[in-house]
Amino acid sequence: MARKLPKKDVVIIGLGWTGSLLAHELTDAGLDVVAIERGPWRDTSTDFSPTQDPDELRYGIRLDLFLRPAQETFTLRHNTGQNALPIRWPGAFIVGNGVGGAGVHWNGHTWRFLESDFTLKTRLTERYGAAAMPADMQVEDWGVTYSDLEPFYDKFEYISGTSGRAGNIKGQIQPGGNPFEGPRSRGYPLPPLKDTAPTALFAKTANEMGYHAFPRPAGNASEAYVNPLGIAMGPCTYCGFCERFGCGNYSKASPQANVLPVLMRKSNFSVRTESEVLHINKDASGKRATGVTFVDTSGEEWEQPADIVLVCAYGLHNVRMMLLSGIGTPYDPQSGEGTVGRNYAYQSAGAAGLLFEGKRFNPFVGTGSLGQCIDDFNGDNFDHAGLGFFGGASITTSNYHGRPIASSANRAPGTPAWGAAWKKQVSSTYQNASAVAGQGSVYSYRDKYLDLDPVYKDRYGRPLLRMTFDWHDNEKKMTRYIAQKCAEIGKAMGAKHVTPRSIPEHFNVVPYQSTHNTGGAIMGDNPKRSAVNRYLQSWDVHNVFVVGASAFPQNAGYNPTGTVGALALWAAEAIRTQYLKNPGPLVQA
Amino acid sequence: MKRALSLAASVLGLALAGGSTAALADGQDYVTITRGQYLATAGDCVSCHTAPGGKPFAGGRGIMTPFGVIYTPNITPDRETGLGAWSNDDFVAAMQHGVGKDGELLYPALPYPYYTKVTRTDLVAIKAYLDTLDPVRNEAPPNGLPFPLNIRTALMGWNMLFFTPGEFQPVAGKSDEWNRGAYLVEGLGHCGACHTPKNALGGDKGDKVLAGGVLDEWTAPNLGGDLRTGLGAWSTEDIVQYLKTGRNAKSAASGPMAEVVYYSTQHMTDADLKAMATYLKDRAGAPAPVAPQPVAATDPVMQAGLAIYQDNCSACHVSSGEGIARLFPALKGSAVVQADEPETLVRVVVQGTRAAATRAAPTGPGMPAFDWKLSDAQVASLLTYIRNAWGNAAAPVSADTVKKIHGRLTDTAATP
Repeated sequence: MARKLPKKDVVIIGLGWTGSLLAHELTDAGLDVVAIERGPWRDTSTDFSPTQDPDELRYGIRLDLFLRPAQETFTLRHNTGQNALPIRWPGAFIVGNGVGGAGVHWNGHTWRFLESDFTLKTRLTERYGAAAMPADMQVEDWGVTYSDLEPFYDKFEYISGTSGRAGNIKGQIQPGGNPFEGPRSRGYPLPPLKDTAPTALFAKTANEMGYHAFPRPAGNASEAYVNPLGIAMGPCTYCGFCERFGCGNYSKASPQANVLPVLMRKSNFSVRTESEVLHINKDASGKRATGVTFVDTSGEEWEQPADIVLVCAYGLHNVRMMLLSGIGTPYDPQSGEGTVGRNYAYQSAGAAGLLFEGKRFNPFVGTGSLGQCIDDFNGDNFDHAGLGFFGGASITTSNYHGRPIASSANRAPGTPAWGAAWKKQVSSTYQNASAVAGQGSVYSYRDKYLDLDPVYKDRYGRPLLRMTFDWHDNEKKMTRYIAQKCAEIGKAMGAKHVTPRSIPEHFNVVPYQSTHNTGGAIMGDNPKRSAVNRYLQSWDVHNVFVVGASAFPQNAGYNPTGTVGALALWAAEAIRTQYLKNPGPLVQA
Repeated sequence: MKRALSLAASVLGLALAGGSTAALADGQDYVTITRGQYLATAGDCVSCHTAPGGKPFAGGRGIMTPFGVIYTPNITPDRETGLGAWSNDDFVAAMQHGVGKDGELLYPALPYPYYTKVTRTDLVAIKAYLDTLDPVRNEAPPNGLPFPLNIRTALMGWNMLFFTPGEFQPVAGKSDEWNRGAYLVEGLGHCGACHTPKNALGGDKGDKVLAGGVLDEWTAPNLGGDLRTGLGAWSTEDIVQYLKTGRNAKSAASGPMAEVVYYSTQHMTDADLKAMATYLKDRAGAPAPVAPQPVAATDPVMQAGLAIYQDNCSACHVSSGEGIARLFPALKGSAVVQADEPETLVRVVVQGTRAAATRAAPTGPGMPAFDWKLSDAQVASLLTYIRNAWGNAAAPVSADTVKKIHGRLTDTAATP
């Protein structure tokens, strides 16, 4: 029997980016907020001290900051005819753990999605006709538009200190920025990061080919910065240890660097770390949540009553929390009915590996998000008529790390993967390797979804989340197209070896690909096709908001965090200005 | 009791402030209590009168002195163990004359040599505020002082030598702001308790007021106008910002000064902070020490220090030693770096520290400890380097000095 704690106004499940942003906004509104976080407390000066060497084995290979499969993992199958098996060591994606969540270990890419991404179904139907789309593709409009979210993108960029160059300010195209982006109300808070040799070469080459190169928007501070909360960031030192590492220089945007110093000072905020929420509780009507039940490290269960429950865990975990708590109707791929688990999507990579000769790229001088990009082949920025696929990718040459173990995987075609010849190659390829890489969209399909596994359970006896996913022809064709474009640019950059790469026949969960899992609790206008409304409020239980990439109806050709941050602030605004005055459904079903 | 008090007063040749105070002693007066709260904050009472993890103002914190540890008393209004049975006169006598309720002489760990300058009206307001706290029953542990210092009458001689009682008298010809600043700096702020060097008996060196001191292996820098070791390069605004936020473009408060900023100065009014800064910038400081010739960059110790600096320090404090405003203190031009006494330098490199996290500067950046990574000799080379690079000039630091200070470090330096 769970012991009952005093009631709070708001309980937040998970204290990463979305949890800390919402906690900040709602405590400012005067609410008493508690966050319950499964992993440990993490703090810049004690956990990521700059006196410690960034140890690639500890953090990069053994994944020190990440969720252990013993805490929770997933099962995977390619289609409904298979039995799913558990993922026993993180592979294709690696999920954060602890305060700060993925905001600790990310690289910092802080993208806005394209205007057309938010109205994708309408856009593709109007431009190409419904008949042109694959029968089982079920892309959706988001229920919010780019212009709805613009003030919140802006707010997130200024809180997190994004470095970049605007391409479109209030409709005026800006030189050197991304001409395809939606209009922004003002420029980035910080100027772009400094280029390194391969990124500068990419930008020059792409522009010569008639494309439109621009610096990747980066959550790595290019200069000292003080954000609107009054929190200072230090300029990035280009140490190259962002991805999979915490930042000790207050330079990489994170809840620790950008929100928690203010949040933790507030008397109306508290956090319980190493406490795992088991489920959300509902009242007898089933239409209202009463709080959550969590378990502490000694195995004791506690009930935390609250008026509002914010589900702010990793996207996949949000979906599982809803399924475990009976919030919303589980999706059934046979009938197409139900909403929770619907429209799971992922990220796809079409790319070209490059190997030069006689270069000295010094890849160890980098930052997580340093890169030059083009958006000429992203989303619906180009005409898909006759191409046989929809979607696209942002295409980038980046300089995001020079980690020795990871870098030693680069080798010229024909070089053995071990022995003296390999060793000889490693030292030369280290200075000569680069890539042109697409961060590609994945659209949603009727047969790709999330539900609870009927066999495998976690340490508390709860079913694991089952993923039913495989690549579809649309994404295979798209990544082949993108890989070809990447290869053309790579050749023009002067690479000696150019190796195009696209997604394989079947999804393989073993090699790392991307941690950008999306969907499963998608937002939308129609309660039959979405789990949450345009304010991320559950259609079924009005005092539950589900915040994260779980709300994406399909995935765009970008990294998700900028949009996740904007959605969190958008939801916070709706709670502050609408829900608190009149608790109930913000959109009538 | 009364007799003992008057005896002590007469022995010291003091005259307690005369006149009835009944009119001022209305303990329920809201204006007086809030003013008292502000003054108690300005005096940073809570910092010393709270044990680590203990209830605020309930005392029991050990104050390290060169003579032994002295535990602070409980100043909540508990009648048995706190100030509950103290009258205003008792409180004023303690603060202005270092005399306890039963006439016993107090150790100057209670900085009454500074508090004596505080007006009776202000002291009564502080008492009125303390009387509103929740009474906490907490008896301070016995002090760890050796004979004969454990005999309180020994303090009579000390007082005769080093204690000049008397409320602050405004200086004619100076502005009200200047005089307010002087009142706060010399009185309630008790800046001299750390920033004025002490003689062998723990008394202020009268010719070196606010010229910089060392306490518990922390260097409290010179607050005089010297460019190299003092506040010469700081504007009035720099000082205000430092006291208000714990940071400015040049420095960051850590250690005992972080406590001062955290508990006290960040809560003070801008007008009071500006008054203190105005006074500090204008007062006639003690003559500055003559700058030594900097150690040559070609010196092997400097070469070694440079290499250690580039590998370990430059990511935050940057190659030019200029740091990053509000996060990483500048070492170039720093008074602490160039102080004659390297205690703070050794401490923060060996043990690490953390800057105060304040309302206006909520990130408390950490300086990591290097004791596991650098030998005493390497620390010495590094310190010699930063004391003599970028135009800095200060005496080199020997490995032996590092070793001695390192050995004396206690773990009591937690930043709030």
